[in-house]
Parts: sequence; C-alpha cells; structure tokens
Amino acid sequence: MGRAARHGRVVVRGSSVSAPSPGAWEPVIGLEVHCELRTATKLFCGCRNAFGDEPNTNVCPVCLGLPGSLPVLNVGAVEMAMRIGLALHCDIRPSTFHRKNYFYPDMPKDYQVSQYDEPINVDGHLELSDGSTVGVVRAHMEEDTGKTTHMGGGGRIHDAEYALVDYNRAGVPLVEIVSAPDIRSAAQARMYAGELRSILMATEASDGRMEEGSMRVDANVSIRRAGEHTLGTRCEIKNLNSLRSLSRAIEHEIERQIAVIESGGAVEQQTRHWDEEGGRTVPLRSKEEAFDYRYFPEPDLVPIAPDPRWQKDVASALPSMPAERRQRLRDLLGSAGEPVTDARVDQIATVVELDLDSLVLGSVNAGIGAPLAIARTANEAAASPEAARAVDHGAYGALLRMEQDGKLSATQAKTVLGDLLVAGGDPADIARRHGFEVLEASSLALVVGEVVQASPEEWARFRDGEDKLAQFFIGQVMKATSGKANGKAVIAELHRLKG
Amino acid sequence: MADDARSAARPAPACEVAAQVRSGALTARHVVERHLSAIAELDVELHAFVTVVGEEALADADAVDRRVQAGVDPGPLAGVPVALKDNMCTRGIATTCSSRILDGWKPPYDATVVERLRAAGAVVVGKTNLDEFAMGSSTENSAFGPSRNPYDLERVPGGSSGGSAAAVAAGLAPLALGSDTGGSIRQPAALCGVVGMKPTYGTVSRYGLVAFASSLDQIGPFARTVADAAALFDAIGGHDPMDSTSLERPAPRCVAAVGDGVTGLRVGLVQELLEGAEPAVVAAVRAAAETLEAAGASIEECSIPEVRHALPAYYLLAPAEASSNLARYDGVRYGLRVDAPDVAAMQGATRSAGFGPEVKRRIMLGTYALSAGYYDAYYAQAQKVRTLIIDAFDRAYQHVDVLLGATTPTTAFAIGSKVQDPWSMYLSDVFSVPSNLAGHPAVSVPFGADWSGLPIGVQVLAPALGEAAMLQAAAVIEDGAPPLAPPGVWAEPLGTAGWSSGGRA
Repeated sequence: MGRAARHGRVVVRGSSVSAPSPGAWEPVIGLEVHCELRTATKLFCGCRNAFGDEPNTNVCPVCLGLPGSLPVLNVGAVEMAMRIGLALHCDIRPSTFHRKNYFYPDMPKDYQVSQYDEPINVDGHLELSDGSTVGVVRAHMEEDTGKTTHMGGGGRIHDAEYALVDYNRAGVPLVEIVSAPDIRSAAQARMYAGELRSILMATEASDGRMEEGSMRVDANVSIRRAGEHTLGTRCEIKNLNSLRSLSRAIEHEIERQIAVIESGGAVEQQTRHWDEEGGRTVPLRSKEEAFDYRYFPEPDLVPIAPDPRWQKDVASALPSMPAERRQRLRDLLGSAGEPVTDARVDQIATVVELDLDSLVLGSVNAGIGAPLAIARTANEAAASPEAARAVDHGAYGALLRMEQDGKLSATQAKTVLGDLLVAGGDPADIARRHGFEVLEASSLALVVGEVVQASPEEWARFRDGEDKLAQFFIGQVMKATSGKANGKAVIAELHRLKG
Repeated sequence: MADDARSAARPAPACEVAAQVRSGALTARHVVERHLSAIAELDVELHAFVTVVGEEALADADAVDRRVQAGVDPGPLAGVPVALKDNMCTRGIATTCSSRILDGWKPPYDATVVERLRAAGAVVVGKTNLDEFAMGSSTENSAFGPSRNPYDLERVPGGSSGGSAAAVAAGLAPLALGSDTGGSIRQPAALCGVVGMKPTYGTVSRYGLVAFASSLDQIGPFARTVADAAALFDAIGGHDPMDSTSLERPAPRCVAAVGDGVTGLRVGLVQELLEGAEPAVVAAVRAAAETLEAAGASIEECSIPEVRHALPAYYLLAPAEASSNLARYDGVRYGLRVDAPDVAAMQGATRSAGFGPEVKRRIMLGTYALSAGYYDAYYAQAQKVRTLIIDAFDRAYQHVDVLLGATTPTTAFAIGSKVQDPWSMYLSDVFSVPSNLAGHPAVSVPFGADWSGLPIGVQVLAPALGEAAMLQAAAVIEDGAPPLAPPGVWAEPLGTAGWSSGGRA
C-alpha cells in the first residue's frame, strides 16, 4: 500500500462504485475463467469424465484423436453450458465450433475444438455482493487438453529428461467465461471470481475446485489515468491457482505497470506467468510470439441451435443464484424494519457463499428475528460450514429461540451452538450439561440488587446517566452467576431499579 | 485360372457370387481362396494391395459358410471379397494411408463401413494402395510406390483410390471401397474401366476413414457393374451415430432401382464438364447421351459456368482442412517418431521424414490459406465459391433430373508424366471436384476405350440423395456402352469369361 500511496493511486476497495479521483491510475481488469463441467462423460465421446483416475484409463479413439475418429457432441454438456449462460443472464444463441490449431503434445489432435465467433452464451452479467456489476462478454464451450508431467531433472520443463502425458483430461468439457473489462481492483476481481465460483457450483455445472484445476482463471490487466476512455496495453496473467494468488498477482501487476509507465517506459503486450513463490509476474511470451491459431469452422460437427422450449426447460430447472438469494435475505431485514448495514451485507454474503441460507430462512420462519438468525449463521455456524449444512433445523431454531427469549446469554448460546454442530442433540440438554440453567427473573433481580449495593459509587454514576457503566454491572452479575445471566435481562433490571 | 466345374460363361460380379454363396452353390471359402490366389499371382505386377489379409479373410469366409449351413441369413454380400482402400481403419490390421508417418500403427477399432461390410457377409481380403493420405490422382504419391493400370502397366491407375480401382479392374476383388474427396473414386474408376461412385455427403459414415478434407471426404463403392456398385452402397450406407455429419436417414435401397430405366428422365449435358477433354472422351460422353435418349430420356445441353471455379476453390478448402487434420501425426502417440533433443524438434523431424512432398505441399498451402491476414482472401473466399457452385447446381436441377459429363479430361496417363507438374495433375480432377464441393452424388461408368484401348469413363451427376435416378441412368449407359476388352492383367478367379458383358442379367 505504501507504494501505491507514493504513486498517488486510489485503491478501489471492493466496489467499482467508488471512482478513483481524476489523474490517479485506474486499473482495468478482465477475467477469463475456464470451468470444467461435471458431466458424466467427455465432450465428444463416451469416456468417463473423472479427476484422479489411473492415467490413460479414460480414453478411446475419439479423445485420443486417433486417425479416422470423429467427435459427437455430448448434449449433457450443452445443457450445462446453457445453465451457466442462463445463470449469468446471457442470451443463448445458435452456435458453432471451430478448430484452434497449434501443436502441443498433450493435445491429441494438435488442434482444440472450441467455440469462436458464434459462442453459445453472449451478453450476460454478474452482480457482486457489494452491489457492483461485471459484464460477461461470452461463455463458450471447448474441450480440455491432456496433462503433461515432466520427469527427471528438476521436474521443470527445461531440465526434464522426459515427459509423461495423461490423456484422461483430454476432451473433458470446459466452459470459458470471459468478463468485460469492468473490474477495477484486485479485490473486485477476487470477489468476481468467488461469486462466479458460487454460481458455477449452484448450477451444478462445476465443483469449483481451483486446486484441482476444475476452475482456472487468467487475468487481463491494464492501467490508465482515471477519466480516460481508451484502454491501456494489457498483459494476460496465467497460472492463478487460487483466489489469493489471483488478487496478489493482480496487485503486483498493477504496481509493475505503474512503475513501468512512471519511469518513462511503455507496457508491452505480453502473456505473463504468476510466480507464486517469488510473488511476481514474469514474461512468458510477447505479442510477436503469439500463436496464429488459424481458426476455421470444425467440419466434423454441425451447428447447435437450442430451441426455445429446451431453453425454457433448462431455465425452469435452475436453482436460485447467489445474487437472488442475497436479495431474499436483505428482504428479511427490510421487512423486519432493520437497516442493511455494511456488516450485515458481509454477513449475508458469507451465508450465501457457504450455502447456509436455508438455515437462516428456517429460523426466521420459526419466529427468530432476522438480524439474530443472520448473525449467528454468518459468524458462528459459518465457522464449520459442513456441519452447519447438516445441522437439524429444528434444533438450530430452538437454540436461537432460547437466546432470543433471554434464556441463554449470547456467550452461552455460542457455546451450545459449538456443541450442537459437533455432535447434534437437544440444545436444552446441551445447555444443562454446561450448567447454563437459566436464571429465573426473581433470582436475577436478587443478584443485580446485591451487585448494585456492593458498588454504590458506580451505581450513583449510572443513575446520573453514565450508561456505559451498564457493562460494568453486567460483568459483576456474570461473575456472580458464573456466566449464567443474560446481558439484556441485566440491563432491563438495572433500568427497572433506576426507575 | 480355369475353375474346374464352374466355368460359367460370364464374369462373376458380386451379386452373382453372393447369390451362389447364399444358395450354397459356392462356399465363401472357395470364393475367397480363389481371389487370394489371384492376388498372390498378379499383384506383383499391379501393386494394387498394400496389405493382404489371407488368414483373417479365410476365417471370415468360414464364418459366412457356417451361417449358410446353419440356415442363418449370411447377408446380401455373402462371401464377396472386398478390397479396402488403406485409409479405412481395420482393427489390429495396419492402416497406412500409404504414408511412412503411420509406420507400425494398427488401429484398435474398425471403421463403420468395415463393420457394415462384415454384417452384410462381405469378406475383406486386403488393403489397397493410394496416394499418401488420398492426396493425388495417380497413386504415385504412395510411400510404397505406385500401383499400375491393368490395361497398361506403364500407366497410372488414377488416384487416389488407384489400388482399389486396379484391384477391381483386374478381377482381384469383385468389389472395393474407395474414398472420394475431389474425384478419388471416379477418376481411377474411369482410368481403369470400372464403375466408381461417390455418394451424397453424409450417406456413408466417415467414422474410421482417416480424414483428408472432412467436409469433402466420402466413402463409396468400386464394382465392375452398376448393380454391384448399388449393392455395395446399400450395404454400407445409412445413418451412423458416430459421425455427426451422417444424415439421419435409413440405409439406401438402390439395387432395386437400378433396372428401372430412364423413360422420361431429364438429362442435362454440361458443356463445362467436357471443356478441355480429349476428343475420344467427348465423343464417348455424347454417345452415352444418345444411349440415354434412345432409352427414353430427354437430353438438354446446358451450361454451369460456376463449375470452372471449382478446382481453385477446392485447392484452398481441401488443403486448409488437411493442414489441420494431419497435425496429429506428430510422433507423440503412434506411428513414426524421429528422436530429437526436445519435443518441437522431434515433431518437426518426424513430420519431415514421415510425409512425402505432395502432402507437405498441401499442408503448407492449407496453413497459408488459414493464416491471419489471408483467411478472408483465401479460405473465406473459397467457401463463397462453394456456395455459388451449390446454387448453380440447384438452378440446373430445376430443369433436369441428372447431369452428364466426362469423368476425366484424359484416359490413363503414363507413370511419371505429371509428377513434376502438380497443376497438370490437379487438372485430372477438374470434372469431378464440383460434386464434392456441392456434396452431391456422382458416378463414373465405363464407356468404351480410346484409340489405344484405354478405358473412358462418363460421369452422371445428381442432386443430393439423387442416387436412385443417377444409378438408373448409369445402368442404361452401361447397357449401351461399346464393348471394352478385358485388361492385360486380368484374373478370372471363378471362371473364364468375357469382360463387359453387362452383368445385370
């Protein structure tokens, strides 16, 4: 950040809504995300689409590109691509496949079958949890390549003794989602990728596992002076294997480009490789070295034209997308007359991202206030998302009701929730095991009275309007009751005594 | 070659052989054995075959005989030997495309046509020679050396399916399959005096046909008679889910239509399909037209000037597709590998050593035509020409049912006479290429010989799926054709017989 400050750059945090001040550097970022589809079989043959199987076991003449073999399009993959397109609010168009020609040992035909100028999904957008929107230019289908492992030497390409190729992944269906250059910060890029990942998982088209390569992100980064409308020269960054490396790489690349320009140089159009260990991007190839892919229409396949009825069927089978689900939670707050604070926006984003919204909705339906339901779910249940997704909704609601009714303090409720997530059970039983017998109102009044008598000075100040001393009395009551008292009930009793 | 008891007075076209095998009059083993011996004796001179599969063929023949004995239908082509152009995959049997680059490769699967042949009871006896990857018009581009024309061993059999044409012409197999991308069935059929048919694109599965130019390639039959060609087409045609460009139609039934005659058929004689042809060829086509007219067809002279642009368009589109289709021969997975210090060098060395000059020429031509900055001027422009040709044919077929022209401008040329001049070689396909660009069917039928006794082919063209009418016309032409003497290299595995005595009797 220090460097950014030196260069007078405005760091855009999360939202593209806040514009940089005139004259500052404005990053312009677009992302290309490759998503492996979770179809049972590959894009053009009947081989199993599975990660981690014994090398070269899920192969046949077609995905090995043997002479004479021909592709036959997997309709299931088309349907998944349509699901993604619809979830991203794209138009679904009649589309065709092209061949992208280049030599690579793990590409069996030495061309990749991909959609080019007529992709299946165009003109969509994606709404982020901070309210910003990023355009989706296209989401097209293509086939994946095999995987090369360099053996001997240091295991790197240049000093390897030989290479082994596994073609299990060759022909696995991919959808490539190309964003518009609408992203203005590394944080927003990360948010976009995270949101896209949630959407891909919600559509059940992808498992979203970046570490297994089932979701791969490339970033196009350029900079310009704020207020300018032309785009700067961009660099494409590859090898971004996690959301963290995505934002680190973009941060670094922005800094690098600023430094190049401010030292009087010009950014060269390049493909760059993110060096995770070194924390920097390094050049891979320049524009002059770029491949001429010699795209031409794939003559072995026929055009795809999903009819409106098919599109409608696919659309009606789609589950709600994260943006819609977040809106639903915001609406709960709204109808309870509660403000949608920044903290609550973050909580809602967490709940939806971890797929815990049904827990919130179930609790609210059972009469729990929306702020409490959202807060407990986002802050405590979210710490163990898998357990939280499996927890009994009735027990969860019962626990929140005990807290809401003052039978458990917030601290106690969190303790009980921890046990509930680990082992399940009846929250009342768990509370009893912890000795969280609820203080009856009469005994609470007794304790509060004793505490007040023991601290006359503080009581006088509290009576004179020093409200923050309530915390002092709560602490004393907690001490006296071994934490069994409810803070809100204590405050109520203090005010009653105050008269 | 005399065959003891069965010295029938006729050649033994496929349908006849099948009928006798089905009835038990002949065993499939006998038929196949006789053909294998003929191949063993005569193919030394012809070099029609790259691989002969004697053991497998006899085993397949025995299977047919067992079905006959068991009273199970052995299929319409029971026991009929078939020669396969060696660019169709055969499980466990080398498939070379007459290229060094596929050295040692044995496909793990059968092409769809091979499965269908087997289902029809036919027996594959061998794989035939071709111009490397089907690129050529003479088989001189084969890595294994040229095949020879049975009519004159110093002349080419045509190409690229020259081995299949020569095998059928010399009687080494009653039937053969070829592939036709720009005339590779019809041109050698014409030069060898046999029937060769390119079906409508999409009627015969390309699954297992090693691709040259995917949007143009089509497998089709060689036979000595039109009826036999129709029978083979019926056996291999029909929808195949493994080929996305395969038409969703049931198997064709053309055999039944062959004898229906041409009464009322409207035939267009295309000026442009005679332009530049030798006088003997032009005369043969005109005589064929008269034959059709005499049989009740109406003849109309017509002009389709657009077909003149077919050859240049073809020589951009076919190489463009080929440059991509042949990329996979990189030494990584199968076939030839020439070792080198790194992968790119290995791929370069392998391809340099593995491909012959014509294949390299077309890969370069196609790579260029698809390159950034040239695509619109070459590939895209050629696609527009293709559309113009399709439209022009469509207009012509509003007035006529079939079109008539020459198959090739010349009869068989001497080995070595055109290898130094690619363009003159390419011109050999000038009349056949338009049908490939349009995806339409066309058939070459022998019609007499030139002054030196070399066969002449006339070509009947039809609109998409017009095979039945096309074959009716072809059969009438065949009936009216002047007699063609058998070739100098001529086997009669099943009897002593004349050559062009019809066969549809």
